[in-house]
Amino acid sequence: MTPLVEVRGVSFGYGGSFRLAGVSFEVGEREILGVIGPNASGKTTLLRLLSKVHEPEQGEIRLAGAPLRRLGRFALARQVAVVPQELAPAFPVTVEELALMGRHPHSEGRFFEGPQDLARARQAMALAGVLDLAAQPFDALSGGERQRAVLARALAQEPRLLLLDEPTSHLDLRHQREIVGLLRRLNRDRGTTIILVSHDLNLAGEVADRLLLIAGGRVVKSGVPADVLDEATLETAYDCAVRVEKNPVSGRPLVTIRWPDAE
Amino acid sequence: MTPRRRAVAATLGGVVALGGISLLALFVGAADVPVGEVMASLFGRDTTQLTATVVLQLRLPRVLLAALAGAGLAVAGAGFQALTRNPLADPAVLGVAGGAAFGAVVGQVLGLEGTALAALGLSALAFAGALGAAVAVYAIASVGGRLPIQSLLLAGVIIGLFFSAAITLLLSLVDFARLGGILHWLMGSLSPLGYRPVAATAVGAALGIGAIYAQARALNLLALGEEPALQLGVEAERVKRVVFVAASLLTGVVVAHAGPIAFVGLIVPHGVRLVLGSDNRVLIPAAAGAGAVFLVLADTLARTALRPAELPVGVITAFCGAPFFIYLLRTRFREGPA
Repeated sequence: MTPLVEVRGVSFGYGGSFRLAGVSFEVGEREILGVIGPNASGKTTLLRLLSKVHEPEQGEIRLAGAPLRRLGRFALARQVAVVPQELAPAFPVTVEELALMGRHPHSEGRFFEGPQDLARARQAMALAGVLDLAAQPFDALSGGERQRAVLARALAQEPRLLLLDEPTSHLDLRHQREIVGLLRRLNRDRGTTIILVSHDLNLAGEVADRLLLIAGGRVVKSGVPADVLDEATLETAYDCAVRVEKNPVSGRPLVTIRWPDAE
Repeated sequence: MTPRRRAVAATLGGVVALGGISLLALFVGAADVPVGEVMASLFGRDTTQLTATVVLQLRLPRVLLAALAGAGLAVAGAGFQALTRNPLADPAVLGVAGGAAFGAVVGQVLGLEGTALAALGLSALAFAGALGAAVAVYAIASVGGRLPIQSLLLAGVIIGLFFSAAITLLLSLVDFARLGGILHWLMGSLSPLGYRPVAATAVGAALGIGAIYAQARALNLLALGEEPALQLGVEAERVKRVVFVAASLLTGVVVAHAGPIAFVGLIVPHGVRLVLGSDNRVLIPAAAGAGAVFLVLADTLARTALRPAELPVGVITAFCGAPFFIYLLRTRFREGPA
């Protein structure tokens, strides 16, 4: 069976310098892949390539066997949704208007959303826990509420593949836990394949089936969390002293920084 | 209410309000014409020759031109605002109206007036000037594919000043007899000579407004940013190009036939957005209606405030617009660019 996502020898750069160089990996249907790596390692660039904001300079990306290059934006947006790190609408929008925007790729040639679009958008808002905020302006929300509102928009797209860029960065503990629960439910109930970029190694290690560690635009290591989250590997990639234990509850790796001593 | 219902309501509301205001505007003016006589001449019944001339040849084309110009400028403003993702953008602020004015002055110096072909030629020259100015402002202001508000406003000022100098140069070369008419037009004037300018403006306004409205849903998504819009299936570059050209066309035809009337494109979309929200499918028809009503009212005020003398309509719009612009700057941008 063909994997849902195939990335083959992809290189890309902004104005000369390479952000990604010869990156290859695959993501199977219904898999959750965590992408980790230090700052400026090319994680966000990778999501831009996967959502066709940029096209690779070398190599190829395929979605369910079809080259991304030949997929139209509209068709792609029906299959792939992105939750960006930040969203700053230029003009005021309500949470419901934002969620309805996720229906755009499903209503080709229509100028207005129909009742079924509204129903799907409300479903997505309920799933992301923002249904009671539907009439609120996006600007008035807290950081965590915004992140969930953006997630609602992505869910309204009903994607096969969900790309998330630091989805828990603004969230407190309870909301982090809820997002993880939600991603797991999506993956289990809807069969959504998920690629998750995160700086939170423990969260990525808990949620993901496999991890992809990139540094300096190259894949350093990929595999199950227990293999990738290993002290020597992480210390080289991040240039930072860490300690890896086993989480006594989940059995997954638990990474902590070896903090410098006070002088 | 669903967006569809709101859009229909906004359109109908605009049409009804415009109809009412326009009718009122026909009743007032420098000459005293009784209401009954105005109605009679409108419906083609017998009235005096003078009344028929005043109502049908002076007031009606003027009201129509004001409505078209107001609608055109408001939608051009809404289009530029959506395009630049910036609520301060408007044809005048961006220097696009300056480019259009330069094109139109060239046309006037060349003697383009009187025939239908000349009216179209004047529109074309103003459109070319508007497009040239818009391209220049974009080229100057864009930093790595983005349009920061500071550089956008600055580029608009620079281009506006450049074209106003170019206009001054042309005016210093033109013969004295022509100068008065051009100066009058430069202050913003809605007194067309007959229906040809009205028809030329109507064609341009219909094309421009239609083209921008067709992109309304895509513009909503573009407000999230270019990258999110692409990821939701919007061909951002194509949408931006269409709106860019259409807003320049609107600016061009309006400036060609009504002069560079400032601030309509800024305050009308903004006011409508405050009341009805930022869904462009509702905003654009509402702004067209509100812009038309606003300019018909402003022009009625301009020709009656100092009766029988006339104020240039641009004075009225600037007196309303400048304080509004200051208010926007102070409230929305105090903490720096959005």
